[in-house]
Amino acid sequence: MSRTDSPTASSSATEVSGRSILLDQVTKRYPGQSAPAVDGITLEIPAGKIVMLVGPSGCGKTTTLKMINRLIEPTEGRVVLGDDDVTDIDGDELRRRIGYVIQAGGLFPHMTVAANIAIVPKMLGWSKDRITARVDELLELVSLDPATYRDRFPRELSGGQQQRVGVARALAADPPVLLMDEPFGAVDPITRQRLQDELINIQHELQKTIVIVTHDFDEAVKLGDWIVVFSEGAHIVQYDTPERILAEPANEFVENFIGSGAGLKQLTLTRVRDVDLAEAVVAKAGESGREVAARVEAAGHEHAVVVDDRGRPARWPSLRQLSRLDVVPDGTDPQLPVIGSGATLNDALDTMLVSSAGAALVTGRRDAFVGVITVEVVMEAITRARKAAAVALEGAPVGTNTGPLPVVGQPQDAPLAAEGDPAEGAEAETEGDRVADGAGPAGDRP
Amino acid sequence: MTAVADAPAASSSAGRPRRARPSWLGLVVQPAAVAVVFAAFCVWLATADLTTAERTTLNPSALVTYTGEHLALTFASAAIVLVLAVPLGVLLTRRPFGRAAGPVLVLANFGQAAPAVGLIVLLALWLGFSFWTAVIALVLYAALPVLRNTMVGLQSVDARLVEAGRGMGMSAASVLFRVELPLAVPVMLSGIRTALVLLVGSAALATFIGAGGLGLLITTGVNLFLPKVLVSGALLVALLALLIDWLGRVVEHVATPKGLR
Repeated sequence: MSRTDSPTASSSATEVSGRSILLDQVTKRYPGQSAPAVDGITLEIPAGKIVMLVGPSGCGKTTTLKMINRLIEPTEGRVVLGDDDVTDIDGDELRRRIGYVIQAGGLFPHMTVAANIAIVPKMLGWSKDRITARVDELLELVSLDPATYRDRFPRELSGGQQQRVGVARALAADPPVLLMDEPFGAVDPITRQRLQDELINIQHELQKTIVIVTHDFDEAVKLGDWIVVFSEGAHIVQYDTPERILAEPANEFVENFIGSGAGLKQLTLTRVRDVDLAEAVVAKAGESGREVAARVEAAGHEHAVVVDDRGRPARWPSLRQLSRLDVVPDGTDPQLPVIGSGATLNDALDTMLVSSAGAALVTGRRDAFVGVITVEVVMEAITRARKAAAVALEGAPVGTNTGPLPVVGQPQDAPLAAEGDPAEGAEAETEGDRVADGAGPAGDRP
Repeated sequence: MTAVADAPAASSSAGRPRRARPSWLGLVVQPAAVAVVFAAFCVWLATADLTTAERTTLNPSALVTYTGEHLALTFASAAIVLVLAVPLGVLLTRRPFGRAAGPVLVLANFGQAAPAVGLIVLLALWLGFSFWTAVIALVLYAALPVLRNTMVGLQSVDARLVEAGRGMGMSAASVLFRVELPLAVPVMLSGIRTALVLLVGSAALATFIGAGGLGLLITTGVNLFLPKVLVSGALLVALLALLIDWLGRVVEHVATPKGLR
């Protein structure tokens, strides 16, 4: 995936190309309905972050999203994009500056993939050469081979591929903001997971401001830097990081929405490399069994880890097995419970359960052995994460309603139009994890 | 991350020739059949034992004139129908005018439900016996299928596509011309083809108010009891209708956007 040689690549991995969004006391009333669909919402969306809008059906989350690009015109209130008040500018002109992705991609069936992607650049009057180059670049970005897919029609693509093209089309003119309405709702679970991982990778590369509507809380936890939980009438019940929502749900509504297994979901937020691994006695093939057994005993352990000449774990004999051996044998045990350090605690626990060992061997770079992860280590990490999450974040983005429901979990006095990322420091720690989430299967990414 | 990350597009190779073969076959058989029947008619006309009256009515140059008149009636009405009904259909599917859709469709239904003979004669009593009176009657008669299919075609465009277009910053007009109309084309064209076939058939009635056409053969055949003339007239009208229907199909086939075929 080379974007470095492209003429339009304007962002590097470190630079935030997104812009902040502010909905300032925005209300939407439909004629003939007494209760407003969205009631006086004030929502600050920090630049370069993924913010997930979640809530039950009909809670107004989609309406809120569509008021950002004014696909639905707010009845009251202001919409601010970066430093610009865009409440009164031409809606079409505004929408050309904001990427928009809907379920199943929403591709135009009578246009080729390339023509679909080229729509906004054409409206902006780009030259033909520039559009062609941009289309190929975007197809590569979403992992589709340009030569194969450029001239295909949407119905010749699978659901996942259509969704990828939908994302490419939204990114065509390099907008600072991307709005996605249930983007992965129409694809099968395996494809969905892959698309989510890719979105995380793309976001790592582009650093856009992305707002995603979903009803899938697990998706919100996986993708979101911040999660807004809505109840009826687009009342913000909680606006917080995934860690804090899982650890400290604001009320019963949020608890119910998270569903069962909040603790298990937390396991997906921490990486194996971020916990303190247990040490182990390391031996090599060819050493004397008794000698190794003595070392294991001296360390007070039960097992020794046998590594091969490149440091990769090969066997994991117990003290009893060792004491019976003259020489530690060669060869690798295929059943060995091994987990990469980039995996989540959830994966690690799964590996342990499957192997019924109560522990797993952790490998780092080039599959070299780095340590042992045990159930106790996982427990400790969870306890620590919950403790850390229990402390409210300073300067978190604002999300309130002027309506009657009380606002939970947010300091009311935070500045409304804070520039840049208001939670830079507090969030830096978790951010590294999140971005790495999708990098697991795609370790070749810089 | 490779390009083959998703399940390969199963429909890509299987989907392409799906509809091509039968429609291609139909497009060839229909004009061939028309040509064969027409050739047989010509042979019969040249060799049959006809009375003087029959021969005068059925002489080739007269037949060409009648056919010309018939086609003029058909295409003049069709052109007017298109100019009126298509924009009207577009307008009635726009949100501010949606409420008018019901009453307008009722009116159009009247036009089609009223017996064409009655319509044509009544209009002639009011507007005089002329070519244009016949055209007006035919327009009223054929407007419904074009209007209705334009509306149905536009309404059946997935609302999410319209939203996607608007969400990308396309103006309402741009979405109409670049998304909605191209996607509605197949349905609209089939309405237009239906209207054309209706027009060819009912243009035969124009002869009642002296507007010419192949209907003249039929009325002459009935009035003077010349069954051969009568049958010839009916046959020629039928052949013309089939030919026009075929032309319509060809246009539909060519004009349907490639991604939908």
